[in-house]
Amino acid sequence: MSLLDFLRPRPKNTANIARERLRIIVAQERVTRDGPDYLPLLRNELLEVIRKYVHVGAEAVQINVERSSEGEVLELSVALPEPGAATGTGG
Amino acid sequence: MTETIVITSGKGGVGKTTTSASLSAGLAQRGHKTAVIDFDVGLRNLDLIMGCERRVVYDFVNVIHGEATLKQALIRDKRHDNLYVLAASQTRDKDALTQDGVGRVLDELKQDGFDYIVCDSPAGIEKGAHLAMYFSDRAVVVVNPEVSSVRDSDRILGLLSSKTQRAEKGQGAGAQHLLLTRYNPVRVEAGEMMSVGDVEEILGIPVLGVIPESENVLAASNSGIPVIHDAGSIAGQAYADAVSRLLGEDVSMRFVDAPKKGFFKRMFGT
Repeated sequence: MSLLDFLRPRPKNTANIARERLRIIVAQERVTRDGPDYLPLLRNELLEVIRKYVHVGAEAVQINVERSSEGEVLELSVALPEPGAATGTGG
Repeated sequence: MTETIVITSGKGGVGKTTTSASLSAGLAQRGHKTAVIDFDVGLRNLDLIMGCERRVVYDFVNVIHGEATLKQALIRDKRHDNLYVLAASQTRDKDALTQDGVGRVLDELKQDGFDYIVCDSPAGIEKGAHLAMYFSDRAVVVVNPEVSSVRDSDRILGLLSSKTQRAEKGQGAGAQHLLLTRYNPVRVEAGEMMSVGDVEEILGIPVLGVIPESENVLAASNSGIPVIHDAGSIAGQAYADAVSRLLGEDVSMRFVDAPKKGFFKRMFGT
């Protein structure tokens, strides 16, 4: 950090932004990676339906495909906003 | 025992061919009989980076189609007589490479006593990239510390663990390594570029090497000499370290920290 740097506007730490964005998208894509191609679409449509009733963020719907000897199980979890949190997380 | 290593990435332009050239030259330098194969049918370039473009007579597809023997098509490197290049074909026929054909060529190299076969994958996830990784025992995923490259690498890692012969036979995925290229420690320190640790954490596989951004890489490709031969350059040294790690040696990571600034620079910047 140089003396002159104090006079300049500080640039944002974009490396942290990149890391956080990647962490989310990579985790999301890993889950649907081995599943059928329609999973991301299904997830988006579910999100739209849920949003008709409650205001939730894009991260609210999580999809997981579990494989076992008896077949595949599609696991869905929907995180609802806490009561009192009027607007949710937006999306 | 032959080991087949694929150099892959998903995204183009991250340094797969540069890496294939330097790792294979490094393996040969360390005494291992090595073949390096260009899988980028239609966009042959490994020959240029290795400096043997004018000696290409027959290529990979010629061998697969039986138009030439493997012996005729292998180009012996100028610097190491235990290093051979197999050029990609310039055909526009996308189906020129077949799984059977590639398998046969690799088997013949194994019978010829090659220690390492380095497969330089094309970008993308199409047929050429699939065949380059299909027979591999190990994978080196080349990645730039940049969002699109990291995301594509993760997709490639997914394919490596399901779409290879090993995976299909239920032998599990082979070893996977990350190789970061165009790394700029000064920008990392300034928060402008993701660090080795960031990329390693997101992708979840160990780092084989970090190649710092260096003007010597372009100079090397301009001259057709793999940058590992430029022992005075930090990129060349970083590739030599990566070769050592590939051979199982424990070598500490160099060139990942920004050089310390002197008093004057710290006070007044650059």
